[in-house]
Amino acid sequence: MKITFPHMGNMHIAVKALLERLRLEVVPPPPISKRTFEIGIRHSPEFACMPLKINLGNFIEALENGADTIVMAGGWGPCRFGYYAQVERDILESLGYQFKMIILEAPDSRAYDLVKQIKSLGENVSFWEALKAINYGWSKLGALEALEKQLDYYLPRARDKARIEKIYNIAVENIDRAVSKAEVYEIEEQSVKEMSKAEMKIDLPLKIGIVGEIYTMFEPAVNYDIYRLLGRMDVEVIRSAYLSDWLNDHILKGYIKKSIRPDIIACARPYLNYEVGGHGLETVGNTVRFAHMHLDGIVQIGPLTCMPEIVAQSIIPQISAQEGVPCMTLWLDELAGTAGLITRLEAFVDMVHRQKLKAGNYQKEA
Amino acid sequence: MNCYLGVDIGSVSSNFVLIDNEHHLIKKVYIRTQGNPVKAIKEGFSELTDEITQQGITINGVGTTGSGRYLSAVLLGADVIKNEITAHAVAAAHLYPDVKTIIEIGGQDSKIIILKNGIVNDFAMNTVCAAGTGSFLDQQASRLNIDISDFGRRAVLSRQAVRIAGRCGVFAESDMIHKQQMGYPMDDIIMGLCEALVRNYLNNVGKGKKIESPVVFQGGVAANAGLRKAFAKILGMPVNIPEHYDVMGAIGAAMLAMEKMQCSRDNNTQFRGDEFILQGSFKTSSHECQGCPNICEVVCIKRDREILAYWGDRCKKWENSLNEKNHAV
Repeated sequence: MKITFPHMGNMHIAVKALLERLRLEVVPPPPISKRTFEIGIRHSPEFACMPLKINLGNFIEALENGADTIVMAGGWGPCRFGYYAQVERDILESLGYQFKMIILEAPDSRAYDLVKQIKSLGENVSFWEALKAINYGWSKLGALEALEKQLDYYLPRARDKARIEKIYNIAVENIDRAVSKAEVYEIEEQSVKEMSKAEMKIDLPLKIGIVGEIYTMFEPAVNYDIYRLLGRMDVEVIRSAYLSDWLNDHILKGYIKKSIRPDIIACARPYLNYEVGGHGLETVGNTVRFAHMHLDGIVQIGPLTCMPEIVAQSIIPQISAQEGVPCMTLWLDELAGTAGLITRLEAFVDMVHRQKLKAGNYQKEA
Repeated sequence: MNCYLGVDIGSVSSNFVLIDNEHHLIKKVYIRTQGNPVKAIKEGFSELTDEITQQGITINGVGTTGSGRYLSAVLLGADVIKNEITAHAVAAAHLYPDVKTIIEIGGQDSKIIILKNGIVNDFAMNTVCAAGTGSFLDQQASRLNIDISDFGRRAVLSRQAVRIAGRCGVFAESDMIHKQQMGYPMDDIIMGLCEALVRNYLNNVGKGKKIESPVVFQGGVAANAGLRKAFAKILGMPVNIPEHYDVMGAIGAAMLAMEKMQCSRDNNTQFRGDEFILQGSFKTSSHECQGCPNICEVVCIKRDREILAYWGDRCKKWENSLNEKNHAV
């Protein structure tokens, strides 16, 4: 059995670690490229959102590389994503691929069920080994996210941005190669130390929060690496969600760590009081949460045609006016060149910067 | 005399201005980009420099804007590289300190900028559709065999504009053809198109934005008297047209350059000088980087044999390979 799964940011590193500990052979899809887009788009319904198209591209490229089993997340609720696993299976079957598809659904009741679900994936592993495998995968994920946070912190502050990015890129590669938890921690610690040595700018960076649809936020191939684009413009990015939060809330049902979701939902009141599917409610909640944190601006991102984000988009102007924080929405789709995106981001950053200058509590060297 | 150079390289037009310390316009040059920004920059700049040599003007700072802002920054050496939103807002807010809404329609994009106390508070750009922009007007004018500079004059002659669907440029065109075959007068059809474009703009770009007076209308399309009239009629408020509506972006860029040079401690402009731009032969080439599966198309700009800049690479490997000094940001 050769297992593959869709890409989502750095997730493949952690999932690979987990599956390998379950004594499974893993064939991660090749990194998302132009070709992935092309294949995915060719075989997808035109009006589906971008995540489906890229998932499909990932699967086809992985199947070409010899994978025979696909693990995909399921789900329920008004967002189309819950149904994507089924649609993808149908499309792949109609294309004549032979494979087995395993759909991970969030367990209804106990943590025990989840470990059992994962154990049943593995080849002859004990319950204890399955637990250890989860723990190992989780440690890689934790290290990767700690590094992402460091990158977001140092990139806007450092004078030599290329160096910071290089340290990060190398660390990610090394974590992927690491074979023990101790090694993972070692790499994390070393890289953080290295980044902290960088020569810093005197001025404090602007802080901009990113909210929106989860896949778009996690996958740099889809969001044109918006965190780095902003970081290079001397903006510190505050991400509204990390992969571990998402997995914790949706697949692991809050067993691994305390969920911050209830706080986010509470923030959404009174702007939005009920689920609208996908991450609509979280987007609204996070926008308010960021406004309370006094961030300088908030950018909402989502894939074109995403219904929950459209609902959130129509609510955000009220939040912006009430809480006094500038907001902008960016829709990302397969065809958008980066020029338009960069112009809008630059204009937004400039606007936020000038508003702050005008307010008089901020000085930046011209 | 000290002055500042502002350059706005757009998809359709390339604009160059020189302003003095008091923000007065010394000279403006408006030429068509015609798909060759490098040539446009050279031509536009040489037109400006005649004046420089005659009057003994020195350039103290350079600001670039427009979609070709990075290219022009490399060729000229820029102190400020700014997006169009900021540039247009700065220029308009200087002329009309209490301006609340800026309508800017250019060759291929249109924007709305909402200002509060003289600074940008909100903005939007057209997303996927170029229906209401200069290119579409150009195309319709040539289809009707009317000179584009005559388009606005004909429109305002109309006494009763015909109704034309404005949601989409393609539908607008077929509606126009229908009306023309029915025998409606040409002037009424042209005015109808102007009103359709204004409705299209307000629904797409101005969506959800509160348009308050005073309104400033600028960009190349502001030359069109029909559109000016249609905006005033549909908005129900007067629309101000700046004297130099066609080069407002360039003026804004020059003002930003001045602002920066006056704030900075050393007064060294990045401007590379007349010779650099006028004497050199510039070449651009592109290649596919095979470094990773993204296969970015990397563009390389050369002056004679010297490599000035790379861009187009997502990972910035090429961009960073040159010294950071090329980038004035």
